[in-house]
Amino acid sequence: MLRDEDRIFQNIYGFEGADLISAKARGDWDNTAELIKKGRDWVIEEVKASGLRGRGGAGFPTGLKWSFMPKESDGRPHYLVVNADESEPGTCKDRDIMRHEPHKLLEGCLLAGFAMGAHACYIYVRGEFIREREALQRAVDEAYEAGLLGKNAAGSGWDYDIYVHHGAGAYICGEETALIESLEGKKGQPRLKPPFPANMGLYGCPTTVNNVESIAVAPTICRRGGSWFAGLGREGNTGTKLFCISGHVNNPCNVEEEMGIPLKELLEKHAGGVRGGWDNLLAVIPGGSSVPLLPKEICDTVLMDFDSLKEVQSGLGTAAVIVMDKSTDIIKAIARISHFYKHESCGQCTPCREGTGWMWRVLERMAAGRAQPKEIDMLLQVTKQIEGHTICALGDAAAWPVQGLIRHFRPVIEERLANGPMQEAAE
Amino acid sequence: MSVRRLNEEQPSEFAFTPENISWAEGQIAKYPEGRQASAIIPLLWQAQKQAGGWLPEPAIRHVADMLDMPYIRALEVATFYTMFNLSPVGEHFVQLCGTTPCWLRGADDLKDVCRKVIGEQGDITEDGKLSWLEVECLGACVNAPMVQINDDFYEDLTAEKFEQILNDLRQGNEVATGPQNSRRASEPEGGLTVLKGDK
Repeated sequence: MLRDEDRIFQNIYGFEGADLISAKARGDWDNTAELIKKGRDWVIEEVKASGLRGRGGAGFPTGLKWSFMPKESDGRPHYLVVNADESEPGTCKDRDIMRHEPHKLLEGCLLAGFAMGAHACYIYVRGEFIREREALQRAVDEAYEAGLLGKNAAGSGWDYDIYVHHGAGAYICGEETALIESLEGKKGQPRLKPPFPANMGLYGCPTTVNNVESIAVAPTICRRGGSWFAGLGREGNTGTKLFCISGHVNNPCNVEEEMGIPLKELLEKHAGGVRGGWDNLLAVIPGGSSVPLLPKEICDTVLMDFDSLKEVQSGLGTAAVIVMDKSTDIIKAIARISHFYKHESCGQCTPCREGTGWMWRVLERMAAGRAQPKEIDMLLQVTKQIEGHTICALGDAAAWPVQGLIRHFRPVIEERLANGPMQEAAE
Repeated sequence: MSVRRLNEEQPSEFAFTPENISWAEGQIAKYPEGRQASAIIPLLWQAQKQAGGWLPEPAIRHVADMLDMPYIRALEVATFYTMFNLSPVGEHFVQLCGTTPCWLRGADDLKDVCRKVIGEQGDITEDGKLSWLEVECLGACVNAPMVQINDDFYEDLTAEKFEQILNDLRQGNEVATGPQNSRRASEPEGGLTVLKGDK
């Protein structure tokens, strides 16, 4: 198990203060200027060496992403935009960073912004996180007052401003180009790529969008060295990760653990195990609602990292582990997820706008046993017609949970359909 | 997507209070010159607060004028983002999370409480105190089931606790926000498994 001294977020539960003095006592903002004086390339190289992969779901190498920003400004300003629009069902880790460890995020914003030649940063907080936004704004105000932000931030010679912005309840704004559109004051509808944000992002300027957790771990990586972070987990899947464990466990919780921890160990050590014991497990959604579920036999042995979960046709996503025990109506559980995507589709691409509602309605009928067996294959086919045929990944995210259900629980659906009309007659 | 239409009955006018105007100017200053449209969500949100929890059509136009935006662009934003209530809500507006992580832990029971105490979705109680809406994931999944009432989260709920909270709010009693069991935040209830240190 990960040692406590290797945990980056020492105050993730908020037992200590989130204020600047408490944060400094935990090592935040400790001689940040010295790190910056080592230069832009040094910061990027440390983050590259750490093997950090983006914590917002896609797992793209963070250092590499930063290096895509133009080396020299062509006159346009560069922007860092922090994606704090945490809305993936099952995920509630960035919330804890914002309310309990905001200074880690702010210091990370300065380091990351400096590394990409940005003098301004916008943190886009989901609209519902009102108290979290207030906590973050308090931390920003404190940092300005202490000279850690603004002109010559933290005595580094680099001018840096951070602005807290917020949304108003749209999951799609977690997609980076939708977030940029929203930040520009428009509907959150994703843009076609290319051009990529690193060339044409916010206000048409070079922009990098990073998840809160990716940014908040950067200062610790720079201080302890990329090799320290890379020494945790396994190759290609390094470091520590905040896991959110929800659903049918005895003690749901957030916990920072080493990448690659076995799923079973994660649930049993930290969440008090599955309700009714491990054998009462039906399935786990290992990375937020977008990734396909895993039946118990895979959960027995699977490791929690990007590549291990990809091998079993699922994904680490945001590491939001949703546990379902044998009392769960699995068809209904996935139907509810489909309802989510129907509600959150931005309406721009036809396969997604029409397909998400279509999948939801079919699944609702299936949950009630009111469908024909041949509709299972039809549903699967429709998921394939949505997947990969939309501007952004919301279409894929809506299709994958349904594919996972059919892949692993087809017999359950078939049985429900076989008994359906009889049940109705009995009623 | 969901169907979102402006309320049939609308007030004839809306204008920000002087305090809100200076607050709005501070928001607009966050964005580069000529990019004032960026402030539309914060401004509409403040307008909704001033109007008592919902966004009347004159308020949308008022904000559009302030930001020098065509009305249709402001209307697009107001109808796209679901936290803008286009019809009146109760003084305590309950947003009940019904997405799978909360559903697995009893969100349906909370819905029953809403139906019993308040009525159907969108109904406002006769005293004007309460109304409710089922919403999608609010991002407190390890503290499920949960609801948001105005600005605060109420987490780790049971049907009994939730009914008590609704009744207390209605009567103007003070109600503790956050987790409603022994937890402080997102730590496991059975005792810490990590970061035990000297705590």
